[in-house]
Amino acid sequence: MKRAFGVMNQHKVMNDQDVRRALARISHEILERNKGTDDLIMVGLYTRGVTIAQRLSENIQKFEGTIVPVESLDISLYRDDVQLRIAQPIKPTTLAADISGMKVVLVDDVLFTGRSIRASMDSLQDFGRAKEIQLAVLVDRGHRELPLRADYVGKNIPTSLEEQVRVRLIETDGTDDVVIVRSGDGNNSNG
Amino acid sequence: MTLLLSGLGMVITLMVDVESNVIGSQNVNAAGTNRKHILDVDVLSEDEILNILDQTDAMSEVLRRDIKKVPALRGRVIVTLFYEASTRTRISFEEAGKILSADVINMSSSGSSVDKGESLLNTGLTLQAMGVDVIVVRHPYSGAPNLLAKHLPKVSIINAGDGLHAHPTQALLDAYTVRSKLGSLKGLKIVIVGDVLHSRVARSAIWAFTKLGAEIVLSGPNTLMPVGLNLVDGRANVLPPVSVQPDLDDAIRGADVVMALRLQNERQNGGYLPSLREYIRRWQITKDRLSSASKEVLVMHPGPMNEGIEISTEVAHGGRSLIEEQVTNGVALRMALLYQVSAGGYQIEEEHPNGQ
Repeated sequence: MKRAFGVMNQHKVMNDQDVRRALARISHEILERNKGTDDLIMVGLYTRGVTIAQRLSENIQKFEGTIVPVESLDISLYRDDVQLRIAQPIKPTTLAADISGMKVVLVDDVLFTGRSIRASMDSLQDFGRAKEIQLAVLVDRGHRELPLRADYVGKNIPTSLEEQVRVRLIETDGTDDVVIVRSGDGNNSNG
Repeated sequence: MTLLLSGLGMVITLMVDVESNVIGSQNVNAAGTNRKHILDVDVLSEDEILNILDQTDAMSEVLRRDIKKVPALRGRVIVTLFYEASTRTRISFEEAGKILSADVINMSSSGSSVDKGESLLNTGLTLQAMGVDVIVVRHPYSGAPNLLAKHLPKVSIINAGDGLHAHPTQALLDAYTVRSKLGSLKGLKIVIVGDVLHSRVARSAIWAFTKLGAEIVLSGPNTLMPVGLNLVDGRANVLPPVSVQPDLDDAIRGADVVMALRLQNERQNGGYLPSLREYIRRWQITKDRLSSASKEVLVMHPGPMNEGIEISTEVAHGGRSLIEEQVTNGVALRMALLYQVSAGGYQIEEEHPNGQ
């Protein structure tokens, strides 16, 4: 079974080094565009967006010596398809009360239809009037259903709708990589 | 007096096994995670209860925000249908629904067609025909919510208290309150004091607490301990194993949580008690009595309280009292349940309770 799609009908599009380099580059880009870390805050979308946000913040601390706070956001209550899905477990949002005047970098693992991002922007509004909202994703897989784009992209990966993109991270999955799965039961393709 | 003393020190077991598969299949959906109805705690597994408590955690975060509003249930209609008086349960459901952006309509039996003799079922069918998504029902007859669940295929039913049967949302919010204070219910000694016989709160609480691993001790006059159990839906209305310890001072020794039940007015004059004074003397939760419990003992009461009867004012508003937290948590818990029964468009017809 040494075909492009192996035993699990999946193939790897980023390995651990690719992931590390992509996140390092995004960290630099965030610093460059924002001219440092003043008023900057990272908001990760559960689950893997939070992990990626933490890594970006660690990188920035390494490169710049300053700490960018990381908060977590659960968007389940802002989705436009609550009645279409089995209720997903909701995790507590940790966002501090007021983000007014802050520059928020939203962080997610996969950008897909854009609906999660729309929901997260609705949610952010309830925490104050951010000066600016930027978006960082590890993978942009296309198929947008809304007029959205990411400011920072780890890798553009063209996909078909039958495929699912699975980002795996050491903290949650024991390994760092990105794989494309054909019509499996991936749980991570709804970026 | 002799009657009351005769049960001193007696420990009995009220356990009969439940055919959980029959009942459990009633309202669990294909994925096994979302329930369409919340009728009682007895059919919920430990995992399901823990899941609900975790969701309640997430919902309490919303309650602490400056802007307490999320759009999750926009466009959903919730009716609170109350055939009995209520303050906190009803307001709490209404607030929970509104925070989740649902439209909440309050209906009470007085002033509605119920006054003209409309049956519960016809009222339910009317609401269903109006496109109502969730009915939160409180009714003096045990099993009323089950009846609605059985006959209204398009509506989710949440039991807000039915007769002597169940009050699942109260039990779950109590479990949540204890867990948020002590981390877990495993191995805790929880004493429930008072009129257990007529208490749907106690019955559901016993289920919730024991499923989460707590040890339950009931204390109160023997006349108000459950012996002859009522029936709901023709199945035995049974309880998990509990101890009965009529002497409150013995019962309370080493307790982690003491929960006082409301002594309803009709029991006070209904021949269940020799006198109210004797009840107060023997079963009121007082500061003195609590001194033999665990140092960190927590005091709960489902409300509304008769201060000075089942609980002293000093204890009710003292540092060990969780009574206000129970009310706050009630909103978050009800948000979690409303969200759970409303989400999941894949709930299919066959999962609906249509008898067994």
